[in-house]
Amino acid sequence: MALIELRNLHKRFGRLVVLDGVDLQVEAGQTLVIIGASGTGKSVLLKHIVGLLKPDQGEVWFDGQRIDSLPERQLMEVRRRFGFLFQMGALFDSLTVHENIAFPLIEHTRKSPEEVRRIVQEKLRMIGLPDVGPKMPADLSGGQRKRVALARAIALDPQVILYDEPTTGLDPIRSDVINELILKLKREMRVTSIVVTHDMHSAFKVADRIVMLHEGKIAFDGTPAQIRESDNAIVRRFVLGEASPEELGALHIAASATPSRR
Amino acid sequence: MPTAVIERIGRNTNDALAAFGAFWCFTGRVLGWLFRGAMAWRNMRLLLPQMYEIGVRSVPVIAVTGAFIGMVMAVETHTQFKTIGQEQRLGSIIVLSVVKQIGPVLAAVMLAGRVGGALTAELGTMNVTEQLDAMRVMGADPIRYLVVPRFLACVILTPILTIYSDLLGVLGGWFIAVKALGVPNEPFWFYAQQGVDTWQVMEGLIKSVFFGGAIGLISCYKGFNSGAGAAGVGRACTEAFVASFISIIILNFFFAQLLKDWYIAIYGVQGIFG
Ligand SMILES: Nc1ncnc2c1ncn2[C@@H]1O[C@H](COP(=O)(O)OP(=O)(O)O)[C@@H](O)[C@H]1O
Ligand SMILES: [Mg+2]
Repeated sequence: MALIELRNLHKRFGRLVVLDGVDLQVEAGQTLVIIGASGTGKSVLLKHIVGLLKPDQGEVWFDGQRIDSLPERQLMEVRRRFGFLFQMGALFDSLTVHENIAFPLIEHTRKSPEEVRRIVQEKLRMIGLPDVGPKMPADLSGGQRKRVALARAIALDPQVILYDEPTTGLDPIRSDVINELILKLKREMRVTSIVVTHDMHSAFKVADRIVMLHEGKIAFDGTPAQIRESDNAIVRRFVLGEASPEELGALHIAASATPSRR
Repeated sequence: MPTAVIERIGRNTNDALAAFGAFWCFTGRVLGWLFRGAMAWRNMRLLLPQMYEIGVRSVPVIAVTGAFIGMVMAVETHTQFKTIGQEQRLGSIIVLSVVKQIGPVLAAVMLAGRVGGALTAELGTMNVTEQLDAMRVMGADPIRYLVVPRFLACVILTPILTIYSDLLGVLGGWFIAVKALGVPNEPFWFYAQQGVDTWQVMEGLIKSVFFGGAIGLISCYKGFNSGAGAAGVGRACTEAFVASFISIIILNFFFAQLLKDWYIAIYGVQGIFG
């Protein structure tokens, strides 16, 4: 059976319905990309997978075990097997880079200080920043922060890595470094990955499979080749990056089909 | 639309009760961790930086507040006492007010502003930048890791800072009364000592333990539940200060009542002018 399975997931905040019946299965070893407009609940979906948010209705299964109803203590054991790259990195700004990466090792394992140091160095080499250990997160650039956050996410050699918008806010070159890292981790550590993004270039580069979240439901599910062929108007517009006539209407400008009339 | 109004009242009441419940849940989890080995060595490592941040760095504001309160007390009461020819008894009223009421309350209010604001801003920023979530994912409960040391530091240090504030209040009062307004030195200290006994000093300190606890819990809770973005953190800071301030004032009232009953039960009634 699938490694991760979401069954009929519903979540609302107050009167805002965010997830409205999401069903999703992720096979081990797969790289799944979740696309969707900002604010459609992609981050909310990811947080359900590690139990940071509890569904109002529906179930979350991981490796044959139902985890949405687990108490915090047992959830810790499950979370050990996940790496989570947060949207803004979420590095602890009162700790150095080294301490940040050592944090999950110290909290989750009983490794000796030498071993922790060795693993931190290994992860820093892996992301191509071997010398930043003593720096504070505030002294790093945006791209470096994302990579350090990734090093922290893989410190425990997780089985699954969840990436929340890994390339957002980075220039194309730095985005590509992240894409290559995602592919490298898949190759070298055989991880299962779920990548949330609205960067289609990145999506096509890393995905085995792409799903689109729209209005709380899965609007598309298929391979990168299939999504290019899709004739669903919502999917097409997202993939090509074109606003709908209604959205443009609100700006009082004509769609680019009629350029430079003046 | 009367039904809409009733519905809104209902929803607001419901939300308020839910938030109140959530706060006590939060408190329960903090206390739970506290009794599960808060004194372990690796937790001391978390506590000491907070003691420095909350304690040492508050000394200047607390000192200034304390000293000026004592000085104002002297200025204000001197005229009144002088008209009835009792100015050598100034010491008792100054020291009693400073030690029992104004010292602890104003020290707590200062700490609610300085420490509470900093705690809410720090934890609120960690919340909106997903650092709290990151901590949970990595197997550390942020309540144990962040809240317990801050709460403990508040509980331990508020009474200590209050003693310091009391001391400076008394010295400030003495300085104005004796050095500036010419009250004789020996009677000042004689009446100061007579007006205040250990119980009254303790009363101020017992209260300040609870003030410190309220400041720590409320500020951390507000930080953990801040809304999104910089605006959310700012609002959380304001709410934390207002809630801490109100709690201090209300706790102070109940302690005045409770401790007075105990005092009378133990010692009977004694007047300041006795
Ligand atoms: N903890 C929360 N409390 C209230 N609303 C939330 C919370 N988390 C997310 N939301 C709301 O849910 C919606 C989806 O958010 P999110 O999953 O972050 O979107 P995105 O797809 O851009 O990642 C947004 O409107 C957001 O404001
Ligand atoms: Mg998001």
